[in-house]
Amino acid sequence: MERKDIISAIKDKFPKRIKKLFEKSTRRVYIDIDPKDLTDFVEFIFNGQDARFCTASCVDMRNGMEILYHFSFANMSLVVSLRVYLDKNNLSIDSITPIMKGAEWIEREIHELFGVDFKNHPNLIKLLLPDNWPEGLYPLRRDYKEEDYKARVKEEE
Amino acid sequence: MSHKVTIPIGPYHSLQEEPEFYQLTVDGETVTDIDVRIGYVHRGIEKVAESKSFDKIIFLVERICGICSTSHPMASVLAMEDVSGVEVPDRAQYIRTIVCELERIHSHLLWIGLAGHFLGYNTVWMWAWKYREIVCDIFEAITGNRQNYGMMKIGGVRRDIEDEYLPGIMKGMDDVLRALDMFKGAVLDDPVLAARLKGVGILSKADALSYSALGPTSRASGVDKDVRRDDPYAAYDRVKWNVITQKDGDVFAKAVVRILESYESVSIVKQCLQKMQKGPIDSDPKELPEGEGIGHAEAPRGEVFHYVKSDGTNSPERYKVRAPTFMNFPTFKATVIGETISDATIILAAIDPCYCCTERMTVVNRKDKKTILTGEDMIKMSQDKTRRMYKRMTGKELA
Repeated sequence: MERKDIISAIKDKFPKRIKKLFEKSTRRVYIDIDPKDLTDFVEFIFNGQDARFCTASCVDMRNGMEILYHFSFANMSLVVSLRVYLDKNNLSIDSITPIMKGAEWIEREIHELFGVDFKNHPNLIKLLLPDNWPEGLYPLRRDYKEEDYKARVKEEE
Repeated sequence: MSHKVTIPIGPYHSLQEEPEFYQLTVDGETVTDIDVRIGYVHRGIEKVAESKSFDKIIFLVERICGICSTSHPMASVLAMEDVSGVEVPDRAQYIRTIVCELERIHSHLLWIGLAGHFLGYNTVWMWAWKYREIVCDIFEAITGNRQNYGMMKIGGVRRDIEDEYLPGIMKGMDDVLRALDMFKGAVLDDPVLAARLKGVGILSKADALSYSALGPTSRASGVDKDVRRDDPYAAYDRVKWNVITQKDGDVFAKAVVRILESYESVSIVKQCLQKMQKGPIDSDPKELPEGEGIGHAEAPRGEVFHYVKSDGTNSPERYKVRAPTFMNFPTFKATVIGETISDATIILAAIDPCYCCTERMTVVNRKDKKTILTGEDMIKMSQDKTRRMYKRMTGKELA
């Protein structure tokens, strides 16, 4: 299998569902997809193409959240990143933990730091933040302020 | 009658840098469930990075881990170079490789020592750390520091390796090689250690893939993946070396992978020293354009992954760090359950989790009576088991 075979395999499998395919360099490929197609893509790339799930990274774009799912391939100098955009009014997406267990922790992390809901996640509980962290306060969002946290904690006391 | 006991382990230990909290549920001697909580030292580095300039971020991420303190800066500069497409001079590539591989040797020796201690082989512990000093001394000579080297820079490295140090590094590598030969003999041919570690804490290949385990943890389970070969950075594509894999997935296989990998690292360092030509060490890029970049590097514990999103200003819009232990930790669910509690310590240690605290373990029974079991008790349980096996197999007492 060559690098270009992976890309063309993905293109052939989902001819209509790729919104945009951007080859930043020979080693990095970004594929924009619709959130509802995520599990199909992940299933195909992870199980079908023998990829390794690196991690997911979430960015607060102010009007919504952008999540990138990064996959690397053995012997190919290639990282494929699936990009989904979630609108601020509907921050929820299908969990990929049922497909691979390695995604459990990173989804929990994004859930508590950005407030994204992962549907069908088996264990969506707190991982990093303390148990008494106020509900609805997400520290990696742009609108998060330290004062909010202090005020909320004081309120609860 | 089964009597279930819950054992919380952690979260704080003054000797270990990373507090974690485990809760083991045991039925008699057998572990039936494990729960892990992290976050006790969550320093919000990703958030801090958003307010720092790109040059300062390299120093910031260097402080994430004290043991693999060059892997994070390495992945960080790779990510930033991916944004701008900067070319790095050849000599800088070789120096990066040398620093990364020296770090792998010292980290693996550290692990061999700690694993020896947990098993009651305290001589292995002392000797492994003694030979680790050679590597730390080399670091001090070429970078100025034993830890936190501050070598990485976007477009190159900060310091050159002077020619007068080369014979010293070569000699140090030969000394390490002799030490590795000794460990290979002492650890891998030891019948007691084989009986103690083989078949313990097995991570199957299917689980390793599903958990996306990294580094020696996955390679010991037969997963042939290594970022150094799969997505070559620095000078790894210019030197000859092998990816070490084992197929058993138990604690013994993980030890074998680490020892054999150290041989490869010594060989890589030597080849780099021979191939390195005089030349510039820095291409000195000025600013980072708008865009995003991904950098990943093979740390001693597995792949370190950095993602950076730049909006054209001096600091990033988003900075994401994923350390290898983040992926290796959850494999405990697959390896510890079903094993005995005296093996739990070494199984937890086998993934080399930047040592978790094993202090302050409290045995809680169902009537809420608490008995404090310290980390030392836990290690002692593990050592006693080795001692019993040693006596049974050799008829002698373990020194």
